[in-house]
Amino acid sequence: MAYALEIQGLTKTYGDGFQALKGIDLKVAKGDFFALLGPNGAGKSTTLGVVSSLVNKSAGQVRVFGHDLDTELSAAKLNLGVVPQEFNFNQFEKVLDIVTTQAGYYGIPLKQALISAEKYLKQLGLWDKRNTPSRTLSGGMKRRLMIARALVHEPRLLILDEPTAGVDIELRRSMWTFLQEMNRNGTTIILTTHYLEEAEALCRNIAIIDHGQILRNTSKRELLQQLSVETFVLDLAGGHQQLPQLDGYVRRFDKDGALEVDVQKGSGLNQVFVQLQQQGIEVDSMRTKANRLEELFVRMVEANADNSDNDPKAQL
Amino acid sequence: MTPHALWTAFYTILSREIRRFTRIWAQTLLPPAVTMTLYFVIFGNLIGSRIGQMGGFDYMQFIVPGLIMMAVITSSYANVVSSFFSMKFQHNIEELLVSPVPNWVILTGYVCGGMARGLGIGVIVTLVSLAFTHLEFHNILMVVITVILTSALFALGGFINAMLATKFDDISIVPTFILTPLTYLGGVFYSIDLLPDFWRGVSMINPILYMVNGFRYGILGVSDVNPFVSLGMILLFIVVLAAVALNLLRRGKGIRN
Ligand SMILES: Nc1ncnc2c1ncn2[C@@H]1O[C@H](COP(=O)(O)OP(=O)(O)O)[C@@H](O)[C@H]1O
Ligand SMILES: [Mg+2]
Repeated sequence: MAYALEIQGLTKTYGDGFQALKGIDLKVAKGDFFALLGPNGAGKSTTLGVVSSLVNKSAGQVRVFGHDLDTELSAAKLNLGVVPQEFNFNQFEKVLDIVTTQAGYYGIPLKQALISAEKYLKQLGLWDKRNTPSRTLSGGMKRRLMIARALVHEPRLLILDEPTAGVDIELRRSMWTFLQEMNRNGTTIILTTHYLEEAEALCRNIAIIDHGQILRNTSKRELLQQLSVETFVLDLAGGHQQLPQLDGYVRRFDKDGALEVDVQKGSGLNQVFVQLQQQGIEVDSMRTKANRLEELFVRMVEANADNSDNDPKAQL
Repeated sequence: MTPHALWTAFYTILSREIRRFTRIWAQTLLPPAVTMTLYFVIFGNLIGSRIGQMGGFDYMQFIVPGLIMMAVITSSYANVVSSFFSMKFQHNIEELLVSPVPNWVILTGYVCGGMARGLGIGVIVTLVSLAFTHLEFHNILMVVITVILTSALFALGGFINAMLATKFDDISIVPTFILTPLTYLGGVFYSIDLLPDFWRGVSMINPILYMVNGFRYGILGVSDVNPFVSLGMILLFIVVLAAVALNLLRRGKGIRN
Protein backbone atom coordinates (compact mmCIF):
# COMPACT_ATOMS: atom_id res chain seq x y z
CA MET A 1 0.00 0.00 0.00
CA ALA A 2 2.95 2.33 -0.41
CA TYR A 3 1.66 3.68 -3.70
CA ALA A 4 -1.10 6.09 -4.58
CA LEU A 5 -1.24 4.61 -8.06
CA GLU A 6 0.15 1.39 -9.48
CA ILE A 7 -0.27 0.45 -13.11
CA GLN A 8 0.96 -2.87 -14.45
CA GLY A 9 1.03 -4.09 -18.02
CA LEU A 10 -1.76 -1.75 -19.08
CA THR A 11 -2.83 -2.03 -22.69
CA LYS A 12 -5.67 -0.38 -24.54
CA THR A 13 -6.86 -1.16 -28.01
CA TYR A 14 -9.69 1.10 -29.19
CA GLY A 15 -12.70 -0.18 -31.09
CA ASP A 16 -11.12 0.75 -34.42
CA GLY A 17 -8.19 -1.58 -33.68
CA PHE A 18 -5.76 1.19 -32.78
CA GLN A 19 -3.48 0.28 -29.90
CA ALA A 20 -3.16 3.43 -27.82
CA LEU A 21 -1.35 1.83 -24.86
CA LYS A 22 1.21 -0.90 -25.40
CA GLY A 23 1.87 -2.19 -21.91
CA ILE A 24 2.37 0.59 -19.40
CA ASP A 25 3.97 0.20 -15.98
CA LEU A 26 3.83 3.10 -13.60
CA LYS A 27 4.14 3.63 -9.87
CA VAL A 28 3.34 6.87 -8.15
CA ALA A 29 4.23 7.15 -4.47
CA LYS A 30 1.88 8.59 -1.89
CA GLY A 31 2.32 12.32 -1.56
CA ASP A 32 4.12 12.62 -4.89
CA PHE A 33 3.63 15.36 -7.45
CA PHE A 34 3.92 13.43 -10.67
CA ALA A 35 3.90 14.43 -14.31
CA LEU A 36 2.98 12.23 -17.23
CA LEU A 37 4.66 14.01 -20.05
CA GLY A 38 4.19 13.34 -23.71
CA PRO A 39 3.29 14.81 -27.09
CA ASN A 40 -0.28 14.86 -28.41
CA GLY A 41 -1.58 11.39 -29.10
CA ALA A 42 0.98 9.74 -26.81
CA GLY A 43 -1.68 8.04 -24.70
CA LYS A 44 -1.85 10.35 -21.68
CA SER A 45 -5.63 10.82 -21.70
CA THR A 46 -6.16 7.14 -22.40
CA THR A 47 -4.05 6.23 -19.37
CA LEU A 48 -5.92 8.61 -17.08
CA GLY A 49 -9.19 7.52 -18.69
CA VAL A 50 -8.58 3.94 -17.61
CA VAL A 51 -7.63 5.03 -14.09
CA SER A 52 -10.84 7.08 -13.80
CA SER A 53 -13.15 4.37 -15.25
CA LEU A 54 -13.99 6.38 -18.36
CA VAL A 55 -12.14 4.01 -20.67
CA ASN A 56 -12.34 0.21 -20.49
CA LYS A 57 -8.86 -1.29 -20.44
CA SER A 58 -7.90 -4.17 -22.69
CA ALA A 59 -5.45 -5.79 -20.26
CA GLY A 60 -3.41 -5.00 -17.20
CA GLN A 61 -3.95 -3.96 -13.62
CA VAL A 62 -4.60 -0.64 -11.97
CA ARG A 63 -4.58 -0.02 -8.22
CA VAL A 64 -5.47 3.21 -6.46
CA PHE A 65 -4.12 3.25 -2.90
CA GLY A 66 -3.95 -0.52 -3.14
CA HIS A 67 -7.54 -0.94 -4.33
CA ASP A 68 -7.69 -2.88 -7.56
CA LEU A 69 -10.12 -1.42 -10.11
CA ASP A 70 -11.30 -4.92 -10.99
CA THR A 71 -12.14 -6.02 -7.48
CA GLU A 72 -12.54 -2.90 -5.31
CA LEU A 73 -13.75 -0.34 -7.78
CA SER A 74 -15.84 1.72 -5.41
CA ALA A 75 -13.06 2.01 -2.79
CA ALA A 76 -10.67 3.06 -5.55
CA LYS A 77 -13.10 5.68 -6.83
CA LEU A 78 -13.64 7.18 -3.38
CA ASN A 79 -9.90 7.93 -3.22
CA LEU A 80 -9.75 9.50 -6.64
CA GLY A 81 -10.58 12.97 -7.96
CA VAL A 82 -10.64 13.48 -11.74
CA VAL A 83 -10.15 16.66 -13.76
CA PRO A 84 -10.64 15.70 -17.42
CA GLN A 85 -9.11 17.37 -20.43
CA GLU A 86 -12.42 18.53 -21.95
CA PHE A 87 -15.17 20.46 -20.17
CA ASN A 88 -17.77 17.89 -19.26
CA PHE A 89 -20.19 19.58 -16.89
CA ASN A 90 -23.74 20.54 -17.77
CA GLN A 91 -23.60 23.95 -19.41
CA PHE A 92 -27.00 24.94 -18.07
CA GLU A 93 -26.45 24.07 -14.45
CA LYS A 94 -25.26 26.52 -11.85
CA VAL A 95 -21.73 26.37 -10.54
CA LEU A 96 -22.71 25.43 -6.99
CA ASP A 97 -25.20 22.79 -8.17
CA ILE A 98 -22.52 21.14 -10.29
CA VAL A 99 -20.19 20.79 -7.33
CA THR A 100 -22.79 19.66 -4.78
CA THR A 101 -24.33 17.21 -7.24
CA GLN A 102 -20.94 15.60 -7.73
CA ALA A 103 -20.62 15.31 -3.95
CA GLY A 104 -24.02 13.62 -3.88
CA TYR A 105 -22.80 10.99 -6.33
CA TYR A 106 -20.13 10.14 -3.77
CA GLY A 107 -22.82 9.75 -1.14
CA ILE A 108 -22.08 13.01 0.67
CA PRO A 109 -25.25 14.58 2.10
CA LEU A 110 -26.13 18.05 0.88
CA LYS A 111 -25.35 19.84 4.14
CA GLN A 112 -21.82 18.51 4.19
CA ALA A 113 -21.47 18.95 0.43
CA LEU A 114 -22.27 22.65 0.75
CA ILE A 115 -19.50 23.14 3.30
CA SER A 116 -16.95 21.40 1.12
CA ALA A 117 -18.16 23.15 -2.05
CA GLU A 118 -17.91 26.55 -0.38
CA LYS A 119 -14.37 25.82 0.76
CA TYR A 120 -13.08 24.86 -2.67
CA LEU A 121 -15.08 27.40 -4.67
CA LYS A 122 -13.64 30.10 -2.41
CA GLN A 123 -10.11 28.78 -2.72
CA LEU A 124 -10.45 28.71 -6.48
CA GLY A 125 -12.01 32.15 -6.71
CA LEU A 126 -15.42 30.96 -7.91
CA TRP A 127 -17.60 31.60 -4.89
CA ASP A 128 -18.98 34.85 -6.33
CA LYS A 129 -20.05 32.88 -9.40
CA ARG A 130 -21.82 30.11 -7.50
CA ASN A 131 -25.27 30.96 -8.83
CA THR A 132 -24.15 31.54 -12.42
CA PRO A 133 -24.92 28.97 -15.13
CA SER A 134 -21.61 27.33 -15.97
CA ARG A 135 -21.75 28.17 -19.67
CA THR A 136 -21.20 31.86 -18.91
CA LEU A 137 -17.85 31.25 -17.18
CA SER A 138 -14.55 32.04 -18.87
CA GLY A 139 -12.30 29.19 -19.97
CA GLY A 140 -10.05 29.49 -16.94
CA MET A 141 -13.02 29.55 -14.58
CA LYS A 142 -14.45 26.43 -16.19
CA ARG A 143 -11.14 24.70 -15.65
CA ARG A 144 -11.17 25.73 -11.97
CA LEU A 145 -14.78 24.61 -11.63
CA MET A 146 -13.70 21.15 -12.72
CA ILE A 147 -10.95 21.21 -10.08
CA ALA A 148 -13.44 22.19 -7.35
CA ARG A 149 -15.78 19.44 -8.52
CA ALA A 150 -12.94 16.88 -8.39
CA LEU A 151 -12.01 17.87 -4.84
CA VAL A 152 -15.44 18.06 -3.23
CA HIS A 153 -15.19 14.53 -1.80
CA GLU A 154 -11.66 15.17 -0.52
CA PRO A 155 -9.84 12.53 -2.60
CA ARG A 156 -6.31 11.47 -1.64
CA LEU A 157 -5.25 11.29 -5.29
CA LEU A 158 -6.03 14.06 -7.74
CA ILE A 159 -5.46 13.45 -11.43
CA LEU A 160 -5.56 16.31 -13.91
CA ASP A 161 -5.44 15.93 -17.68
CA GLU A 162 -3.70 18.96 -19.18
CA PRO A 163 -5.11 21.30 -16.54
CA THR A 164 -3.50 24.44 -17.89
CA ALA A 165 -4.09 23.96 -21.61
CA GLY A 166 -5.59 27.18 -22.94
CA VAL A 167 -5.24 28.98 -19.62
CA ASP A 168 -3.45 32.34 -19.63
CA ILE A 169 -0.12 32.75 -17.89
CA GLU A 170 -1.30 34.62 -14.81
CA LEU A 171 -4.01 32.11 -14.13
CA ARG A 172 -1.67 29.24 -14.82
CA ARG A 173 0.64 30.52 -12.08
CA SER A 174 -2.18 30.77 -9.56
CA MET A 175 -3.34 27.29 -10.47
CA TRP A 176 0.18 25.99 -9.93
CA THR A 177 0.30 27.63 -6.52
CA PHE A 178 -3.04 26.07 -5.64
CA LEU A 179 -1.91 22.61 -6.68
CA GLN A 180 1.38 22.92 -4.82
CA GLU A 181 -0.56 23.90 -1.71
CA MET A 182 -2.84 20.87 -2.10
CA ASN A 183 0.20 18.66 -2.51
CA ARG A 184 1.89 20.11 0.56
CA ASN A 185 -1.25 19.30 2.52
CA GLY A 186 -0.94 15.66 1.56
CA THR A 187 -2.86 15.17 -1.69
CA THR A 188 -1.00 13.10 -4.25
CA ILE A 189 -1.18 14.82 -7.62
CA ILE A 190 -0.69 13.42 -11.09
CA LEU A 191 -0.97 15.67 -14.09
CA THR A 192 -0.44 15.20 -17.75
CA THR A 193 1.03 17.90 -19.85
CA HIS A 194 2.84 18.43 -23.08
CA TYR A 195 4.09 21.63 -21.62
CA LEU A 196 7.52 21.09 -20.15
CA GLU A 197 7.85 24.18 -18.09
CA GLU A 198 4.90 22.92 -16.13
CA ALA A 199 6.46 19.59 -15.31
CA GLU A 200 9.73 21.27 -14.48
CA ALA A 201 8.12 23.84 -12.21
CA LEU A 202 5.76 21.54 -10.34
CA CYS A 203 6.71 17.92 -10.31
CA ARG A 204 9.11 15.77 -8.37
CA ASN A 205 8.83 12.73 -10.61
CA ILE A 206 8.25 12.48 -14.29
CA ALA A 207 7.33 9.74 -16.71
CA ILE A 208 7.73 10.38 -20.39
CA ILE A 209 5.20 8.64 -22.58
CA ASP A 210 5.10 8.36 -26.34
CA HIS A 211 3.33 6.03 -28.76
CA GLY A 212 1.64 4.30 -25.86
CA GLN A 213 4.89 3.41 -24.12
CA ILE A 214 6.71 4.81 -21.13
CA LEU A 215 10.14 5.93 -22.34
CA ARG A 216 11.46 7.09 -18.97
CA ASN A 217 10.20 7.12 -15.42
CA THR A 218 12.46 8.91 -13.05
CA SER A 219 12.87 11.94 -10.81
CA LYS A 220 13.06 15.35 -12.32
CA ARG A 221 16.48 15.87 -10.79
CA GLU A 222 17.91 12.76 -12.37
CA LEU A 223 16.39 13.67 -15.67
CA LEU A 224 17.98 17.08 -15.61
CA GLN A 225 21.33 15.64 -14.62
CA GLN A 226 21.26 13.56 -17.73
CA LEU A 227 21.53 16.59 -19.84
CA SER A 228 25.04 16.39 -21.15
CA VAL A 229 24.77 19.66 -22.97
CA GLU A 230 23.77 23.00 -21.58
CA THR A 231 22.79 25.91 -23.74
CA PHE A 232 23.88 29.46 -22.86
CA VAL A 233 22.37 32.56 -24.34
CA LEU A 234 24.70 35.51 -24.83
CA ASP A 235 23.58 39.02 -25.68
CA LEU A 236 26.32 40.55 -27.76
CA ALA A 237 27.14 44.27 -27.80
CA GLY A 238 26.19 45.85 -31.10
CA GLY A 239 24.34 43.97 -33.81
CA HIS A 240 26.05 41.00 -35.43
CA GLN A 241 25.05 39.63 -38.79
CA GLN A 242 27.55 36.82 -38.92
CA LEU A 243 28.04 34.03 -36.43
CA PRO A 244 31.30 34.46 -34.58
CA GLN A 245 33.92 31.77 -35.00
CA LEU A 246 33.85 29.40 -31.98
CA ASP A 247 35.99 26.33 -32.42
CA GLY A 248 34.63 23.31 -30.61
CA TYR A 249 31.13 24.72 -29.92
CA VAL A 250 27.81 24.43 -31.70
CA ARG A 251 26.34 27.92 -31.95
CA ARG A 252 23.49 29.79 -33.60
CA PHE A 253 21.48 32.98 -33.32
CA ASP A 254 18.11 32.69 -31.61
CA LYS A 255 15.07 34.48 -32.98
CA ASP A 256 15.89 37.65 -31.04
CA GLY A 257 19.41 37.80 -32.43
CA ALA A 258 21.14 36.57 -29.27
CA LEU A 259 23.93 34.03 -29.57
CA GLU A 260 23.18 30.51 -28.36
CA VAL A 261 26.12 28.29 -27.52
CA ASP A 262 25.88 24.60 -26.61
CA VAL A 263 28.44 23.66 -23.99
CA GLN A 264 29.35 20.10 -23.07
CA LYS A 265 29.00 19.47 -19.36
CA GLY A 266 32.33 19.91 -17.59
CA SER A 267 34.08 21.60 -20.48
CA GLY A 268 33.73 25.11 -19.09
CA LEU A 269 33.00 28.46 -20.65
CA ASN A 270 36.43 30.09 -20.66
CA GLN A 271 37.20 29.15 -24.24
CA VAL A 272 34.00 30.81 -25.42
CA PHE A 273 34.98 34.14 -23.93
CA VAL A 274 38.59 33.89 -25.04
CA GLN A 275 37.57 33.25 -28.63
CA LEU A 276 34.97 36.02 -28.61
CA GLN A 277 37.49 38.46 -27.19
CA GLN A 278 40.01 37.57 -29.89
CA GLN A 279 37.41 38.59 -32.43
CA GLY A 280 36.70 41.83 -30.58
CA ILE A 281 33.17 40.85 -29.64
CA GLU A 282 31.85 42.08 -26.30
CA VAL A 283 29.27 40.21 -24.28
CA ASP A 284 26.63 42.35 -22.54
CA SER A 285 24.94 39.62 -20.57
CA MET A 286 24.53 35.89 -20.37
CA ARG A 287 21.97 33.38 -19.11
CA THR A 288 21.25 29.68 -19.34
CA LYS A 289 18.43 28.75 -21.62
CA ALA A 290 15.17 27.89 -19.91
CA ASN A 291 13.22 24.76 -20.73
CA ARG A 292 16.21 22.53 -20.57
CA LEU A 293 13.87 19.61 -20.15
CA GLU A 294 12.29 20.55 -23.40
CA GLU A 295 15.39 19.67 -25.32
CA LEU A 296 15.86 16.37 -23.59
CA PHE A 297 12.24 15.60 -24.18
CA VAL A 298 12.31 16.49 -27.84
CA ARG A 299 15.44 14.40 -28.32
CA MET A 300 13.86 11.40 -26.61
CA VAL A 301 10.67 11.63 -28.57
CA GLU A 302 12.55 12.07 -31.82
CA ALA A 303 14.68 9.04 -31.08
CA ASN A 304 11.55 7.09 -30.33
CA ALA A 305 9.93 8.21 -33.57
CA ASP A 306 12.95 6.94 -35.51
CA ASN A 307 12.69 3.55 -33.85
CA SER A 308 8.96 3.20 -34.00
CA ASP A 309 6.79 2.04 -36.86
CA ASN A 310 5.96 5.68 -37.59
CA ASP A 311 2.29 5.41 -36.89
CA PRO A 312 0.76 8.46 -38.61
CA LYS A 313 -1.90 8.70 -35.90
CA ALA A 314 0.62 9.42 -33.19
CA GLN A 315 2.76 12.14 -34.66
CA LEU A 316 3.82 15.17 -32.67
CA MET B 1 -21.07 2.63 -0.30
CA THR B 2 -23.22 2.49 2.83
CA PRO B 3 -27.01 2.35 2.45
CA HIS B 4 -27.16 5.96 3.55
CA ALA B 5 -24.61 6.98 0.92
CA LEU B 6 -26.54 5.04 -1.72
CA TRP B 7 -29.69 6.85 -0.72
CA THR B 8 -27.91 10.21 -0.99
CA ALA B 9 -26.62 9.31 -4.46
CA PHE B 10 -30.08 8.20 -5.57
CA TYR B 11 -31.69 11.31 -4.14
CA THR B 12 -29.07 13.48 -5.86
CA ILE B 13 -29.85 11.98 -9.26
CA LEU B 14 -33.58 12.23 -8.72
CA SER B 15 -33.53 15.83 -7.55
CA ARG B 16 -31.25 16.80 -10.42
CA GLU B 17 -33.79 15.31 -12.83
CA ILE B 18 -36.66 17.14 -11.18
CA ARG B 19 -34.67 20.36 -11.21
CA ARG B 20 -34.08 19.86 -14.94
CA PHE B 21 -37.67 19.37 -16.04
CA THR B 22 -39.04 22.09 -13.79
CA ARG B 23 -36.39 24.53 -15.05
CA ILE B 24 -37.57 23.95 -18.61
CA TRP B 25 -41.26 23.65 -17.67
CA ALA B 26 -42.38 25.41 -20.84
CA GLN B 27 -41.00 22.46 -22.81
CA THR B 28 -41.90 19.72 -20.39
CA LEU B 29 -45.00 20.51 -18.34
CA LEU B 30 -46.96 22.96 -20.45
CA PRO B 31 -47.26 21.18 -23.82
CA PRO B 32 -49.10 18.07 -22.54
CA ALA B 33 -51.57 20.28 -20.66
CA VAL B 34 -52.26 22.24 -23.86
CA THR B 35 -52.48 19.18 -26.11
CA MET B 36 -54.79 17.35 -23.74
CA THR B 37 -57.05 20.35 -23.42
CA LEU B 38 -57.38 20.32 -27.21
CA TYR B 39 -58.18 16.61 -27.20
CA PHE B 40 -60.84 17.14 -24.54
CA VAL B 41 -62.40 20.03 -26.43
CA ILE B 42 -62.34 18.46 -29.88
CA PHE B 43 -62.84 14.74 -29.28
CA GLY B 44 -64.67 14.98 -26.02
CA ASN B 45 -66.99 17.92 -26.43
CA LEU B 46 -67.40 18.61 -30.15
CA ILE B 47 -67.14 15.18 -31.75
CA GLY B 48 -67.88 13.15 -28.66
CA SER B 49 -71.41 14.51 -28.34
CA ARG B 50 -72.18 13.03 -31.79
CA ILE B 51 -70.61 9.67 -31.03
CA GLY B 52 -72.78 8.98 -28.06
CA GLN B 53 -71.92 6.13 -25.74
CA MET B 54 -68.78 3.99 -25.76
CA GLY B 55 -68.43 1.00 -23.43
CA GLY B 56 -71.50 2.21 -21.57
CA PHE B 57 -70.11 5.70 -20.83
CA ASP B 58 -70.15 9.15 -22.37
CA TYR B 59 -67.45 9.28 -25.02
CA MET B 60 -65.75 12.02 -23.00
CA GLN B 61 -65.62 9.87 -19.92
CA PHE B 62 -64.44 6.92 -21.96
CA ILE B 63 -61.42 8.69 -23.45
CA VAL B 64 -60.25 10.52 -20.32
CA PRO B 65 -58.40 7.52 -18.81
CA GLY B 66 -56.74 6.77 -22.15
CA LEU B 67 -55.66 10.36 -22.61
CA ILE B 68 -54.21 10.57 -19.11
CA MET B 69 -52.32 7.37 -19.77
CA MET B 70 -51.09 8.65 -23.12
CA ALA B 71 -49.68 11.76 -21.48
CA VAL B 72 -48.02 9.74 -18.72
CA ILE B 73 -46.43 7.35 -21.20
CA THR B 74 -45.08 10.07 -23.47
CA SER B 75 -43.72 12.22 -20.65
CA SER B 76 -42.05 9.40 -18.73
CA TYR B 77 -40.33 8.22 -21.86
CA ALA B 78 -39.38 11.66 -23.11
CA ASN B 79 -37.89 12.76 -19.82
CA VAL B 80 -35.41 9.94 -19.51
CA VAL B 81 -34.51 9.68 -23.17
CA SER B 82 -33.73 13.35 -23.56
CA SER B 83 -32.08 13.85 -20.19
CA PHE B 84 -29.85 10.81 -20.37
CA PHE B 85 -28.98 11.28 -24.02
CA SER B 86 -27.94 14.87 -23.50
CA MET B 87 -25.84 13.77 -20.50
CA LYS B 88 -24.12 11.42 -22.90
CA PHE B 89 -23.87 14.01 -25.62
CA GLN B 90 -22.39 16.70 -23.34
CA HIS B 91 -20.20 14.09 -21.65
CA ASN B 92 -21.49 14.96 -18.20
CA ILE B 93 -22.33 11.29 -17.83
CA GLU B 94 -18.64 11.15 -16.88
CA GLU B 95 -19.51 12.78 -13.57
CA LEU B 96 -21.44 9.62 -12.75
CA LEU B 97 -18.91 7.23 -14.24
CA VAL B 98 -15.99 8.46 -12.12
CA SER B 99 -18.09 8.30 -8.96
CA PRO B 100 -18.81 5.13 -7.00
CA VAL B 101 -22.59 5.12 -7.67
CA PRO B 102 -23.59 1.57 -8.63
CA ASN B 103 -25.38 1.08 -11.94
CA TRP B 104 -28.64 0.02 -10.35
CA VAL B 105 -28.78 3.30 -8.42
CA ILE B 106 -28.10 5.28 -11.60
CA LEU B 107 -30.91 3.41 -13.35
CA THR B 108 -33.32 3.78 -10.44
CA GLY B 109 -32.55 7.48 -10.16
CA TYR B 110 -33.24 8.17 -13.82
CA VAL B 111 -36.33 6.00 -13.93
CA CYS B 112 -37.75 7.73 -10.86
CA GLY B 113 -36.93 11.08 -12.47
CA GLY B 114 -38.97 10.06 -15.52
CA MET B 115 -41.75 8.84 -13.26
CA ALA B 116 -41.78 12.12 -11.36
CA ARG B 117 -42.45 13.97 -14.60
CA GLY B 118 -44.83 11.33 -15.98
CA LEU B 119 -46.91 11.20 -12.81
CA GLY B 120 -46.81 14.97 -12.42
CA ILE B 121 -48.21 15.25 -15.94
CA GLY B 122 -50.80 12.61 -15.05
CA VAL B 123 -52.02 14.78 -12.20
CA ILE B 124 -52.06 17.92 -14.37
CA VAL B 125 -54.05 16.21 -17.13
CA THR B 126 -56.46 14.73 -14.61
CA LEU B 127 -57.09 18.18 -13.19
CA VAL B 128 -57.63 19.59 -16.67
CA SER B 129 -60.09 16.79 -17.46
CA LEU B 130 -62.15 17.72 -14.41
CA ALA B 131 -63.03 20.95 -16.19
CA PHE B 132 -64.77 18.87 -18.87
CA THR B 133 -66.23 15.90 -17.09
CA HIS B 134 -66.49 14.38 -13.66
CA LEU B 135 -64.44 11.39 -12.66
CA GLU B 136 -65.29 8.71 -10.16
CA PHE B 137 -62.70 6.20 -9.22
CA HIS B 138 -64.01 2.68 -9.42
CA ASN B 139 -60.87 1.19 -7.88
CA ILE B 140 -58.36 3.78 -6.77
CA LEU B 141 -55.68 1.20 -5.90
CA MET B 142 -55.80 -0.18 -9.42
CA VAL B 143 -55.52 3.34 -10.81
CA VAL B 144 -52.47 4.15 -8.73
CA ILE B 145 -50.66 0.86 -9.31
CA THR B 146 -51.28 0.84 -13.05
CA VAL B 147 -50.16 4.39 -13.60
CA ILE B 148 -47.04 3.99 -11.48
CA LEU B 149 -45.96 0.77 -13.17
CA THR B 150 -46.69 2.10 -16.65
CA SER B 151 -44.71 5.21 -15.93
CA ALA B 152 -41.78 3.11 -14.68
CA LEU B 153 -41.94 0.88 -17.74
CA PHE B 154 -41.74 3.73 -20.21
CA ALA B 155 -39.08 5.53 -18.23
CA LEU B 156 -37.04 2.32 -18.57
CA GLY B 157 -37.76 2.27 -22.29
CA GLY B 158 -36.53 5.84 -22.57
CA PHE B 159 -33.36 4.92 -20.71
CA ILE B 160 -32.56 2.06 -23.09
CA ASN B 161 -33.30 4.27 -26.08
CA ALA B 162 -30.87 6.88 -24.72
CA MET B 163 -28.16 4.27 -24.10
CA LEU B 164 -28.41 2.98 -27.66
CA ALA B 165 -28.82 6.35 -29.38
CA THR B 166 -25.79 7.85 -31.06
CA LYS B 167 -27.39 10.98 -32.51
CA PHE B 168 -30.38 13.20 -31.79
CA ASP B 169 -32.46 11.57 -34.55
CA ASP B 170 -32.24 8.29 -32.67
CA ILE B 171 -34.15 9.65 -29.71
CA SER B 172 -37.16 10.74 -31.73
CA ILE B 173 -37.54 7.65 -33.93
CA VAL B 174 -39.01 5.41 -31.25
CA PRO B 175 -41.49 7.96 -29.87
CA THR B 176 -42.64 8.95 -33.35
CA PHE B 177 -42.77 5.63 -35.13
CA ILE B 178 -43.50 3.20 -32.34
CA LEU B 179 -44.84 4.84 -29.22
CA THR B 180 -47.37 7.21 -30.79
CA PRO B 181 -48.92 4.65 -33.19
CA LEU B 182 -49.12 2.01 -30.47
CA THR B 183 -50.80 4.48 -28.16
CA TYR B 184 -53.35 5.58 -30.76
CA LEU B 185 -54.06 1.95 -31.59
CA GLY B 186 -54.06 0.98 -27.91
CA GLY B 187 -57.71 1.68 -27.33
CA VAL B 188 -57.38 5.26 -26.14
CA PHE B 189 -60.15 6.50 -28.44
CA TYR B 190 -62.25 3.39 -28.95
CA SER B 191 -63.18 0.08 -27.43
CA ILE B 192 -61.60 -2.79 -29.37
CA ASP B 193 -65.02 -4.46 -29.30
CA LEU B 194 -65.78 -2.19 -32.24
CA LEU B 195 -63.05 -3.82 -34.31
CA PRO B 196 -63.47 -6.83 -36.60
CA ASP B 197 -62.12 -10.05 -35.09
CA PHE B 198 -58.84 -9.95 -36.98
CA TRP B 199 -57.93 -6.44 -35.89
CA ARG B 200 -59.05 -7.17 -32.37
CA GLY B 201 -56.57 -10.07 -32.35
CA VAL B 202 -53.81 -7.79 -33.65
CA SER B 203 -54.64 -5.20 -31.00
CA MET B 204 -54.20 -7.79 -28.28
CA ILE B 205 -50.45 -7.98 -28.93
CA ASN B 206 -50.11 -4.24 -28.32
CA PRO B 207 -48.78 -3.85 -24.76
CA ILE B 208 -50.16 -0.33 -24.44
CA LEU B 209 -53.68 -1.71 -24.83
CA TYR B 210 -53.27 -3.49 -21.51
CA MET B 211 -52.08 -0.41 -19.71
CA VAL B 212 -54.83 1.81 -21.05
CA ASN B 213 -57.45 -0.77 -20.20
CA GLY B 214 -56.06 -1.52 -16.76
CA PHE B 215 -56.18 2.17 -16.02
CA ARG B 216 -59.64 2.57 -17.49
CA TYR B 217 -60.82 -0.30 -15.38
CA GLY B 218 -59.53 1.48 -12.25
CA ILE B 219 -61.46 4.61 -13.11
CA LEU B 220 -64.58 3.40 -14.88
CA GLY B 221 -64.75 -0.27 -13.93
CA VAL B 222 -64.83 -1.37 -17.59
CA SER B 223 -62.03 -2.96 -19.55
CA ASP B 224 -61.47 -4.81 -22.82
CA VAL B 225 -59.07 -7.17 -21.05
CA ASN B 226 -58.67 -8.69 -17.61
CA PRO B 227 -57.08 -5.95 -15.45
CA PHE B 228 -54.93 -8.45 -13.56
CA VAL B 229 -53.52 -9.78 -16.80
CA SER B 230 -52.69 -6.16 -17.58
CA LEU B 231 -50.74 -5.73 -14.35
CA GLY B 232 -48.91 -9.00 -14.89
CA MET B 233 -47.91 -7.95 -18.41
CA ILE B 234 -46.61 -4.60 -17.25
CA LEU B 235 -44.56 -6.19 -14.47
CA LEU B 236 -43.08 -8.70 -16.85
CA PHE B 237 -42.03 -5.96 -19.28
CA ILE B 238 -40.50 -3.98 -16.42
CA VAL B 239 -38.33 -6.90 -15.35
CA VAL B 240 -37.15 -7.54 -18.91
CA LEU B 241 -36.38 -3.91 -19.69
CA ALA B 242 -34.60 -3.37 -16.35
CA ALA B 243 -32.38 -6.37 -17.07
CA VAL B 244 -31.58 -5.03 -20.53
CA ALA B 245 -30.81 -1.57 -19.18
CA LEU B 246 -28.52 -2.88 -16.44
CA ASN B 247 -26.69 -5.04 -18.92
CA LEU B 248 -26.10 -2.07 -21.21
CA LEU B 249 -24.82 -0.04 -18.27
CA ARG B 250 -22.52 -2.83 -17.14
CA ARG B 251 -20.98 -3.04 -20.60
CA GLY B 252 -20.72 0.73 -20.70
CA LYS B 253 -22.42 0.61 -24.08
CA GLY B 254 -21.97 3.97 -25.77
CA ILE B 255 -20.73 5.67 -22.61
CA ARG B 256 -17.31 4.13 -22.06
CA ASN B 257 -14.62 3.49 -24.67
N1 LIG C 1 -12.03 6.80 -28.94
C1 LIG C 1 -10.92 6.56 -29.64
N2 LIG C 1 -10.95 5.71 -30.69
C2 LIG C 1 -9.83 5.46 -31.42
N3 LIG C 1 -8.62 6.00 -31.17
C3 LIG C 1 -8.53 6.85 -30.13
C4 LIG C 1 -9.67 7.18 -29.32
N4 LIG C 1 -9.27 8.05 -28.36
C5 LIG C 1 -7.95 8.25 -28.57
N5 LIG C 1 -7.51 7.55 -29.63
C6 LIG C 1 -6.14 7.51 -30.15
O1 LIG C 1 -5.28 7.02 -29.15
C7 LIG C 1 -4.06 7.74 -29.12
C8 LIG C 1 -3.83 8.30 -27.75
O2 LIG C 1 -4.79 9.29 -27.49
P1 LIG C 1 -4.80 10.11 -26.14
O3 LIG C 1 -4.70 9.16 -25.02
O4 LIG C 1 -5.97 11.02 -26.17
O5 LIG C 1 -3.44 10.94 -26.27
P2 LIG C 1 -2.95 12.21 -25.46
O6 LIG C 1 -3.90 12.48 -24.35
O7 LIG C 1 -1.59 11.83 -24.99
O8 LIG C 1 -2.90 13.33 -26.43
C9 LIG C 1 -4.17 8.80 -30.20
O9 LIG C 1 -3.48 8.35 -31.35
C10 LIG C 1 -5.64 8.90 -30.47
O10 LIG C 1 -5.89 9.23 -31.81
MG1 LIG D 1 -5.06 14.12 -24.00
